[in-house]
Amino acid sequence: MSTTVIEAKGLTKRYGAALAVAGVDLSVEAGEVVGLLGPNGAGKTTTILMLLGLTEPSEGQVLILGKDPLREPLEVKRQVGYLPDTVGFYDNMSARENLSYTAELAGLSRDQARERIAAALDKVRLRDAADRQVGTYSRGMRQRLGIAELLMRDCRVAILDEPTSGLDPQATQELLDLIQTLSREGMTILLSSHMLDVVQTVCHRIALFRNGKIGFVGTVEELADRIGGGAFVVDVEADGIDLAQAARFAEGVKSIAADRDGHWLVEAERDVRPELARLVVQGGGSLRNLDLHRARLDQAYSRYFKEVAHDA
Amino acid sequence: MTREGSPFKGTATIALKEAADHMTSARMHLIMLLVLLTAAGAVYGAIGRITATTAEDPFLFLKLLTVARDPLPSFAAFLGFLLPLVAITLGFDAINGEYARRTMSRLLAQPIYRDAVLFGKFLGGLLVIAIALLTLWLLMTGLGILFLGLPPSSGDLVRGIAYLAVTLAYAGVWLALAIAFSTVIRSPATSALAALSVWLVLTVFWGMIAPLIASTIAPLDPLDPMTVITQFETQQAIARLSPQSLYGEVTALLLDPSARSVGPLFFDQMQGAVVGAPLPTVQSLLVVWPQISGLVAAMILLFTLAYVAFQRQEVRA
Repeated sequence: MSTTVIEAKGLTKRYGAALAVAGVDLSVEAGEVVGLLGPNGAGKTTTILMLLGLTEPSEGQVLILGKDPLREPLEVKRQVGYLPDTVGFYDNMSARENLSYTAELAGLSRDQARERIAAALDKVRLRDAADRQVGTYSRGMRQRLGIAELLMRDCRVAILDEPTSGLDPQATQELLDLIQTLSREGMTILLSSHMLDVVQTVCHRIALFRNGKIGFVGTVEELADRIGGGAFVVDVEADGIDLAQAARFAEGVKSIAADRDGHWLVEAERDVRPELARLVVQGGGSLRNLDLHRARLDQAYSRYFKEVAHDA
Repeated sequence: MTREGSPFKGTATIALKEAADHMTSARMHLIMLLVLLTAAGAVYGAIGRITATTAEDPFLFLKLLTVARDPLPSFAAFLGFLLPLVAITLGFDAINGEYARRTMSRLLAQPIYRDAVLFGKFLGGLLVIAIALLTLWLLMTGLGILFLGLPPSSGDLVRGIAYLAVTLAYAGVWLALAIAFSTVIRSPATSALAALSVWLVLTVFWGMIAPLIASTIAPLDPLDPMTVITQFETQQAIARLSPQSLYGEVTALLLDPSARSVGPLFFDQMQGAVVGAPLPTVQSLLVVWPQISGLVAAMILLFTLAYVAFQRQEVRA
């Protein structure tokens, strides 16, 4: 049985005249991993802060686990863990001390806290460094410590803001593995990122943010279909013709980009190789190469945001 | 819109953590070393003067705190000058420091209200100051017993404790000021400088500024003797805008039982009074009650400013 854990309707946030988030609707089911994907400044963090009740929305409503984070913030925050963008800890305290401070704030008893902290640190593989000052930690270790805090508090929902930003590939992979483990244990996870591959590997569903709105919500496969995973790119090499001119109005061609001399990248809705070959020959040029490949998701993704930027 | 749950949940945890941080921090150690050395110097000087001049005094121990021997000022004067520095040291990065360490959003994501963060920070600082003051006072009393060879009288004790309480309120004003700056100003260095400038203006320069302003507001008229009094009272009113003047007046009355008034006294008011006879402690307290209320009010006002600013602040920096 699926139940809705996070439900946002028409979330809007204005900072003065600037519109940071312009009417976001989002719903997350229990046990799901949902990725908020978008460039920096698209409104992901603001949306997250509004979901948590840390920022008051200008308009719209949020329900987390059936509760309004503005009316019952303590109840919501007890069950929802938040890992902020570049999480900070008290550098002069050890990992264990940092966690026992938050455990005390969360209202855990001393014995309970000790047990849970040890278990959580074990799980994120920080046991050996548990009594070192956090000031000596690497970025990846801090992020893992942040995850340990969520584990220790036994949150039902975890909201992670840019959990992998600034991490090296290995640390990123470790963190993603950890997120997957959490998800398997039944935690509902909402994470934001501007990196497609991060979201692609762990998320069941993706919400694309652009200019404070959600442009698309769906699975990775749906995203691929929707934003151009279905698109074709033809690599054309030819001499003695200006293909950009010749094929401008050809049917099925979306765009032509001159790459270097005698080399073009043709983007098309379908396989347009026969048409292109004919055009080149008709134009009196000599065709040297025609290469078809389908657009990769990350290319499609960056193209998607480029289009958005052009529209704006 | 009503909120569920207590705004004070977690206050004690935050206060104790802050207090522990302060107790172990190098900056607190340095500033307390400074205070301890100057205080010891002042009291040692006072002991020398007392043993040389005073034959008998029912309030010998209070003299320890007020008597000065050149070039050192008295212990009370030292405290009035240095205590703000201690409070500013404890409070100048209370809020913006959390932002700088990027711990604020994580802290606020815990199941507590923002209220608890600010209350905890303030109470933690105040707790540390209270412990430091009590230690200092006990040390000075101990020195006094050692060198004067007399135990403090009960009158000494009562007045001493009242003095400690007022001193704590005075420190609270500066702590609230420092926390207010740390809330409004994003950079810890700037907020420290801002708080220190206010401290310098109010403790050092205010005594010079007040007569200047008073002489323009209420100029002297050579034909009207009442203008002298008007000018004096104006000057006093302006001087009292500085918490240091308020604290100075309270100190003067509490630590000197024979003091009758903080303002001008006329001969007809002194009719029937035995000059030099001590006032009961309660009467001394009553004389400076407005000053004490003023200090507490200033503390609450500054804290409220910080509170309102903090509640409205956006979490993301």
